[in-house]
Amino acid sequence: MALLAKEKDILVPGEEIAKGMDYIPGSGTYRDKDSVVCQRFGLLSLSGRTAHIIPLTGKYAPKKDDTIIGIVADVSFSGWRIDTNSAYSAMLNVKDATSEFVSKGADLTRFFKIGDIIFTKIFNVTSQKLIDLSMRGPELRKLEGGTIISVDPNKVPRLIGKNASMVTLMEGTGCRIYIGQNGLVWIKGEPDAEVRLIKIIKKVEEEAHTPGLTKKIEDYVNEIKKEAKKV
Amino acid sequence: MAFTRPDNRKVNDFRDIEAKAGIIKRADGSGYFRIGKTVAYAAVYGPRDLYPRFLQNPQKGILRCSYNMMPFSGSGERVRPGTNRRSREISHVTEKALLPVLDLTEFPNAVVDVFIELPQTDAGTRCAGICAASIALADAGIPMRDMVSAIAAGYIGGTALIDVSKEEEDYAGGMADIPIALLPRTGEITLLQMDGIMPKDQLKKAIMLAKEACKKIITVQQKALKEKYGRW
Amino acid sequence: MVVKTSKQRMLEFFAKGFRLDGRKLNEFRNVQVETGISPNAEGSSRVKIGDTEVLAGVKLELGTPYPDKPDEGTIMVGAELLPLSSPDFEAGPPGIGAIELARVVDRGIREAAVIDFKRLCITPGEKAWIVVIDIISVNDDGNLFDAAALAAIAAVKNCRFPEISDGVIDYKSTTEEKLPLNEESVEVTVHKIGGTIFIDPSLAEEQLSEARLTVAVTKEGDLCALQKGGDFPLVEEDIYAMIDLAVEKSKELRKLI
Repeated sequence: MALLAKEKDILVPGEEIAKGMDYIPGSGTYRDKDSVVCQRFGLLSLSGRTAHIIPLTGKYAPKKDDTIIGIVADVSFSGWRIDTNSAYSAMLNVKDATSEFVSKGADLTRFFKIGDIIFTKIFNVTSQKLIDLSMRGPELRKLEGGTIISVDPNKVPRLIGKNASMVTLMEGTGCRIYIGQNGLVWIKGEPDAEVRLIKIIKKVEEEAHTPGLTKKIEDYVNEIKKEAKKV
Repeated sequence: MAFTRPDNRKVNDFRDIEAKAGIIKRADGSGYFRIGKTVAYAAVYGPRDLYPRFLQNPQKGILRCSYNMMPFSGSGERVRPGTNRRSREISHVTEKALLPVLDLTEFPNAVVDVFIELPQTDAGTRCAGICAASIALADAGIPMRDMVSAIAAGYIGGTALIDVSKEEEDYAGGMADIPIALLPRTGEITLLQMDGIMPKDQLKKAIMLAKEACKKIITVQQKALKEKYGRW
Repeated sequence: MVVKTSKQRMLEFFAKGFRLDGRKLNEFRNVQVETGISPNAEGSSRVKIGDTEVLAGVKLELGTPYPDKPDEGTIMVGAELLPLSSPDFEAGPPGIGAIELARVVDRGIREAAVIDFKRLCITPGEKAWIVVIDIISVNDDGNLFDAAALAAIAAVKNCRFPEISDGVIDYKSTTEEKLPLNEESVEVTVHKIGGTIFIDPSLAEEQLSEARLTVAVTKEGDLCALQKGGDFPLVEEDIYAMIDLAVEKSKELRKLI
């Protein structure tokens, strides 16, 4: 029967997506009798007959297998409590942080102390939102120094880009970049390079929804490079 | 004889309305709603950690609303800052007006805080607050089965009408003030209050007028959200 | 978008003469002042500094003059740091942050005699106008102090007396009469981290700030209020340097009101 909205339409909660039983309510939508209705502010996406909403807004919701930038909030006997930039903090257990033997009661601050920044992976989230993290993985590590930028986590896919195209453009500033699914981005480079990259990230975040963004950012990167050379 | 409105509006005319989304950058979601000269800001923070602990619900998140008028917002004397019984009651009914649309099951032990502040008040404040809060909740990405629209209906001089003005509220002949909030999709009513005297069959008329008005108000609320992305 | 870094890293940026958002150390973000945003109030304003936004409203009341100043009216300044404007502000009565802000703004207006208190007197010893200024934060992105002070002055300038009939204020009718004003004072807060002083802190800079000095300046360049804040001390040379910077930058803000 009738599809009442089209792919990439911006929809608001309560708006009808489809009438009839032909369409299946995916994430961000629900079925109300014979209508599929939008449940979240976002873009309509259709895969086959499943309608779901790609959210445009909302705080980070921790998910299994996400790699995130975490900040050490507390140190305990068995591990560390990590701020995940969401409503829920996570636990990094010492056995998931290092393969070294650590004796009971040892001072764990020699691994991570309060305020340290880590690139880590979520390996479990319970229904009560208890989150377990792991540092086992080639890219996972403590990040020293640098600057953290907090962006809308819904814009992260845009910041990475198709086949990492956007992040590669950004690395052209000469900075190292780690992007967390939780909307935290860690960068490190020469101060003037960091300032340029911050401007670029801000622009991507503000215009994430516009078409032709990659080209716009390419031009912007070149523009800033030229300005920097003049100084 | 039908009541003539002081500003000559028809019974189903509401004052000029305007809405915006995302105007408070620090907040997780925000909304602005103006009807006539009444202006409401709403900011949503959440889901976030909830203290005190005893308020936490391990099965789902809770909603907490706060309504407040700024000291200089009224047309008379300055309003002393701080809560009072009226603002606490309005905070409470606002919460009840918004809760039915929200799905907070993904936020156990957390809270979604809604703050409504009015820099300018000219009747219809709790309804303006609810409209702004609805925009803010959608802007914050909270799962909601519908938006919530609200309007103050009234019964004055034998006539049911909507969007009661301050002058009408103060009408010497007596009137009934009927704030109504509803879900545009289904017409379900989530806020209904009335003070004054009115025949009960007139309530049906007032609710019908409110439903019609909310059909138009919702489009302005939707526009505010979509405009944020330059697409309307 | 919020940017954070360590204090050490921030000082590395400062050493090169700029900040994380590319601004120079003595550069304000975009400052916007609007007045009359809340027509119910006798005077009102909105000030934005970058994304920081503050509203101020003035209500005029009638009261009895203080016994030691029987021929003067007065001002009262209140501030609220609303939880609407930041995840860091709690609901409830004004905390010390809001109280300090209100009192510092008050001194900047009172000591500079921005308003001629004697001309606020109606009947000596009996009746005088009280100018009640309320400052409300709407979005905190750093530097609420300067935004608040500017909003207060702008609202005061925007203020018009209401009609009085039979000794009672009729708030619904406004006259064209402005408050009796002398010159405006302007406040600039200068912050210090490590050996660097700078103005108009972003959120991250404010959180790392070691000490701050709020300086209220008259049109002639005289000081009319000072307030040192922050956990770290200042040496004398710092203070003079910060005052000089504040006086210099106050001229920019003065143009906006």
